[in-house]
Amino acid sequence: MKATLTPSPSPASGRGELEATAPEAPAKIVVRNLVKVFGTRPAVALQMLAEGLHKDEIFRRTGQIVGVQSASFEIRAGEIFVIMGLSGSGKSTLIRLLNRLLEPTAGEVQVDGQNVASMDRRQLIDLRRRDMSMVFQSFALMPNRTVLENAAFGLEVAGVAKDRREQRALQVLEQVGLTAFARKRPSELSGGMQQRVGLARALATDPSLMLMDEAFSALDPLKRHEMQGVLLDLQREHKRTIVFVSHDLDEAFRIGDRIAIMEGGTVVQVGDPHQIARNPANDYVRAFFRGVDLTRHLTVGDIARTDQVPLFPVPSDLPAEFSAAVEHLRSIKRHYGFLVDGAQHLVGVVSIDSLARCLGQSQPVVADALLSHVPALAGASPFREVLGQVARNPHPFPVVDGNGAYVGAITQTILLERLCDEESRNA
Amino acid sequence: MHEAIPIGEWVSRFINFVLAHDNGTLENFGRVIAGFTELIEDGLVALPYWVVAAAISALGLWRVGWRFGLFCAASFAIIIATGFWPATMSTLALIMASTVISLLAGIPLGIWMARSDRVAAVVRPVLDFMQTMPAFVYLIPAAMLFGLGKVPGVLATVIFAMPPAVRLTNLGIRQVNREQVEAGIAFGCTPHQLLLKVQIPGAMPSIMAGVNQTIMMALSMVIIASMVGAGGLGNDVLASIQRLDIGLGFESGLSVVLLAIILDRITESFGAAGPQPHAGLRERARNLLARREASET
Repeated sequence: MKATLTPSPSPASGRGELEATAPEAPAKIVVRNLVKVFGTRPAVALQMLAEGLHKDEIFRRTGQIVGVQSASFEIRAGEIFVIMGLSGSGKSTLIRLLNRLLEPTAGEVQVDGQNVASMDRRQLIDLRRRDMSMVFQSFALMPNRTVLENAAFGLEVAGVAKDRREQRALQVLEQVGLTAFARKRPSELSGGMQQRVGLARALATDPSLMLMDEAFSALDPLKRHEMQGVLLDLQREHKRTIVFVSHDLDEAFRIGDRIAIMEGGTVVQVGDPHQIARNPANDYVRAFFRGVDLTRHLTVGDIARTDQVPLFPVPSDLPAEFSAAVEHLRSIKRHYGFLVDGAQHLVGVVSIDSLARCLGQSQPVVADALLSHVPALAGASPFREVLGQVARNPHPFPVVDGNGAYVGAITQTILLERLCDEESRNA
Repeated sequence: MHEAIPIGEWVSRFINFVLAHDNGTLENFGRVIAGFTELIEDGLVALPYWVVAAAISALGLWRVGWRFGLFCAASFAIIIATGFWPATMSTLALIMASTVISLLAGIPLGIWMARSDRVAAVVRPVLDFMQTMPAFVYLIPAAMLFGLGKVPGVLATVIFAMPPAVRLTNLGIRQVNREQVEAGIAFGCTPHQLLLKVQIPGAMPSIMAGVNQTIMMALSMVIIASMVGAGGLGNDVLASIQRLDIGLGFESGLSVVLLAIILDRITESFGAAGPQPHAGLRERARNLLARREASET
């Protein structure tokens, strides 16, 4: 058996990582051992935390409340990073430590390599004016100002001349679709429109970093969905780093590139939402995802696996290699295999039968071996759309990304396993 | 009378000590207060009565409504017809002088209280003292220090009328929506900008309620201050008590009541929340025109 006959090596993980092919963006924010203690004797609480005492024990003994406990994570440039948790889990505290609306008790918050926690007042104000803005749950618009003046607030504070800041404010109001309301007062606008103003205000200074604290939680579900769309559109036009606090899982799945789950002041898990849903770090995280229908958010690429179907290279010596392929399939008790070229792009689907038929020809060519009725599935399409198709066909479906590169396979087995997992997870 | 703790004696000793060591400072201070009060009164008296009456009625018409505008005009007609116009203007001048001084001292003090819990802890009992000590009691040391006349009247009134301005400024600033304050900070406000652009505008309804309360308390106090010769309507009220003159008492009292209602409603309108009172004159005119056009078509 020639070396070329061995199936192409598959990645260690069973799952095809669509995003793994893109180079990882550099860290925009690095949080290290961040602690926030509310109370008059934070040093005592810090000491007790270092000794490994639980926050409830610390509260019982000293009355000091540990809001955030030794949080460490990184947020990549250009991603939407969602901080999730139940109320009281410390997520709103955590986001306020990033721009120092609350003073960190200990630890570091680095933004673009600069430690926010140790900045003096001047530097901090400069950073907030220039490169960091915030959107609030209750909108926090100034009722005595018009929509335009609200949108221009950050620029006004930074000392930008009136005509220039109003010009810029009109620009961002146009981006959020509120030009016609520039002269109105916030109280004359609906909740959704008010949050558009909040968004415009945060965009006006053109920051590379936006903090959004439960920004859409006060809106009704329809408006919330609409605003998520607005945010995603804005993000498509111009990538900013967005830290988004939310307690709504659907929201996290829809907008979040990565999420962090908080429990009792601790960041218990950080990662891709699907990854976390599949491999919850503890019971809290598992419970958190219970009752959420993950298949709603899954894409084909998310569940495709590389360990189910062997890959074969396009043969240079067709009869020998195809015979070897048939042997290999028989030996591992599989019926189907995929043919890929040197760049791991999918060429087609083969089976023991089609390979044998091809070998039986007098002048065999590769095309003879390919099963024409098996389509490749796009990795980005929703899982639910292909459910029926996979269920009704015995053969595996190859999954490719936008460039035609092979991602993995979906078989009936994978499908059933996935649905089973979902059942038992929610049980 | 022998007391275990002679607080009263300490206070009177203190006042005597101040008097003994005063080298004209008190007199100069009093002169400034008197000058300020007289300036306002002279202004009000120098203008023809109908100009003042029309101006205040117009203010009522604009801020509150046409019915209240009519009420103002009718009230002034009654005051003029009963012959209490000069006394009313004198009282109004006293109120205005005391209110201005109260606010100049009270609003900054309220802001300071809002920004420091320690200051608040010290000032709060002082305010309680100022408000609950029977008002007449201030008149005695004030008259001792500054002599009889408008000055002790104004100063006693300031002490009595200032607390609501301080309290409601403090309360207003502390109650500004937390996220609005956070927004101010998050967008890079300096503490000074935060105060001017977020906290004071946010506290405005409360501060205006404080102004309204201060004016109302000043009004009740300047009547009492006639006991130390502050003048105005209080003189007539006092005279009616001394002479048991029911008619005079009712007439002068009615002037006080009418003046009180007018001042209350007008200042109250500045503190009311909602878009209407905040809207500028031009905005209102535009709204009015738009409504008319809409009804015509």
